[in-house]
Amino acid sequence: MSKQPTYSFHFIALLVILLLCFIINICLGSVSISVLETLKALFGTATENSTYYIVWEYRLPKAITAILVGGGLSLSGLLMQTLFRNPLAGPYVLGISSGASLGAALLIMGTSLFSGVFTFSTFNDITLAIASSLGSFLVLSLVLVVAARVKDTMALLIIGLMFGSITAAIVSVLSYFSKAEKLQQYIFWSFGSLGNLSWMQLLIVALCTIIGIFLSIISIKPLNAFLLGENYAKSLGIGLQKSRYFIIVATGLLAGSITAFAGPIAFVGLAVPHITKQLFHTTDHKIQIPAVLCCGAILMLLCDTIAQLPGSVSVLPINAITSIFGAPVVIWLLVRKRKMIF
Amino acid sequence: MSNISFELNKGELAAIVGINGIGKSTLLRTLGNFQPKISGAITIEGKELSTYSELQIASKISVVLTEPIASKNLSVYELLALGRQPYTNWLGKLADKDISIINNSIDILELKPFLDKKCFQLSDGQLQRVLIARALIQDTDIILLDEPTTHLDLYHKVQILKLLKSIAHKTNKVILFTSHEIELAIQLCDKMLILDGKENAFNEPCKLIENNNFNTLFPTDTISFDANTGSFRINK
Repeated sequence: MSKQPTYSFHFIALLVILLLCFIINICLGSVSISVLETLKALFGTATENSTYYIVWEYRLPKAITAILVGGGLSLSGLLMQTLFRNPLAGPYVLGISSGASLGAALLIMGTSLFSGVFTFSTFNDITLAIASSLGSFLVLSLVLVVAARVKDTMALLIIGLMFGSITAAIVSVLSYFSKAEKLQQYIFWSFGSLGNLSWMQLLIVALCTIIGIFLSIISIKPLNAFLLGENYAKSLGIGLQKSRYFIIVATGLLAGSITAFAGPIAFVGLAVPHITKQLFHTTDHKIQIPAVLCCGAILMLLCDTIAQLPGSVSVLPINAITSIFGAPVVIWLLVRKRKMIF
Repeated sequence: MSNISFELNKGELAAIVGINGIGKSTLLRTLGNFQPKISGAITIEGKELSTYSELQIASKISVVLTEPIASKNLSVYELLALGRQPYTNWLGKLADKDISIINNSIDILELKPFLDKKCFQLSDGQLQRVLIARALIQDTDIILLDEPTTHLDLYHKVQILKLLKSIAHKTNKVILFTSHEIELAIQLCDKMLILDGKENAFNEPCKLIENNNFNTLFPTDTISFDANTGSFRINK
């Protein structure tokens, strides 16, 4: 009598939906290209050069970015919620997003303030990505150093939030002294964007995501044991410190690389694990990890499809769309269930 | 606290009793390797506890703690299956042997009606039985329980303690628990350790009564022990 369902039907359905969302996302955009033409371009038999260019250099990287960002942030959200045993935890609780903001803010706004110290005054997407990854890894490593000293995971959560407050304060001081145009550039970065990634940058994010997923998979057993609490996990022979490191590093790689290239994208990491738990009635991470990856990717593709306002030239900030369309869904799910138990 | 010495054999149910704050839980946590010992020796089968690896300890000692489990969203079966973690592969896949051990414990603790329920749907007594089953499923020689009968009514307290006794005797395990239910423990346990900070007597309950060890447990101007009935009396 084995009571552990494999949810194969759910997964097949999710993968089909994912594929559909992927195709819809690629087919819709500011330039109207028919479905047939888009598919032709995808398989390299496009009749027009411009179609081929739009699909391969713009839409395809953006769709793949959406999949990586959605899946990666959702997975790191799941990891943090289990590690901290707190339904409010998300990928950014360890200060990853605030660190990235600090890096970006220093580059965009700080350079004009300290122009005597820093010799370069221009920046582009690459330097911005480097600055924000440096920022997030700086804050994350500070948190890791502290993590080695504190035994209590809950204290770690508070410390992560405190680091977030400190960096947010520095950013607001910087913005106070900045010129309006610099401030605007920073605000644009903080909106998040899926569309600016080159294939090379995409490769870096993909690599970090794969390593993050790998670390999560080898942490499946500790993650499941953490559902009982740390003491029970220890009594089951789980090496607490090592497992904690693996989970934190996985989150850092996933959320850090994504934030560096796509900006701080809110909401997805916090919400998708909750949505997934409504679909899959199990706490087993063997099921939950692939499930949040699929659900996150689908949600992000849908949000991106809406954000690019098919048929028009304007693009809405992705960060706003994820929250405007996602938050009511989560509220509805939870109100319907009335009770949320972690 | 010093001068504690005791030894338990397979198939024995033993209780640690004592006044609040005397260190019952601390002792149990030290025995369970949750915190390092300050001095002295703890041995399992003649070998010092600290020489075992964490995974080896996981196959020697299982625990039922007072702290609530972190995720009440676990289904009963999922929770029970976690007891097999020290033996499963890197993905935690249950082998046929694991499943038969789980089913065996489900039968012993009569948990069949609850298997698909989530932990938050269970009463305190049911959840305690599930946690005991999980410890049993971990298949260790020693089970440590920290106050397994708190929050339960008299009937369920007796039910849990009788269950522990029959498990200890039938499966030949060492079961050690802390408790404030001294009168119940006297009736059911094979051995008892009385932590009073001085003698810390350890013996069979009836011997402890003969030696008047229970009299020193609480301040005598408030509570005294009646050796004839094996119960405590309030001094008016």
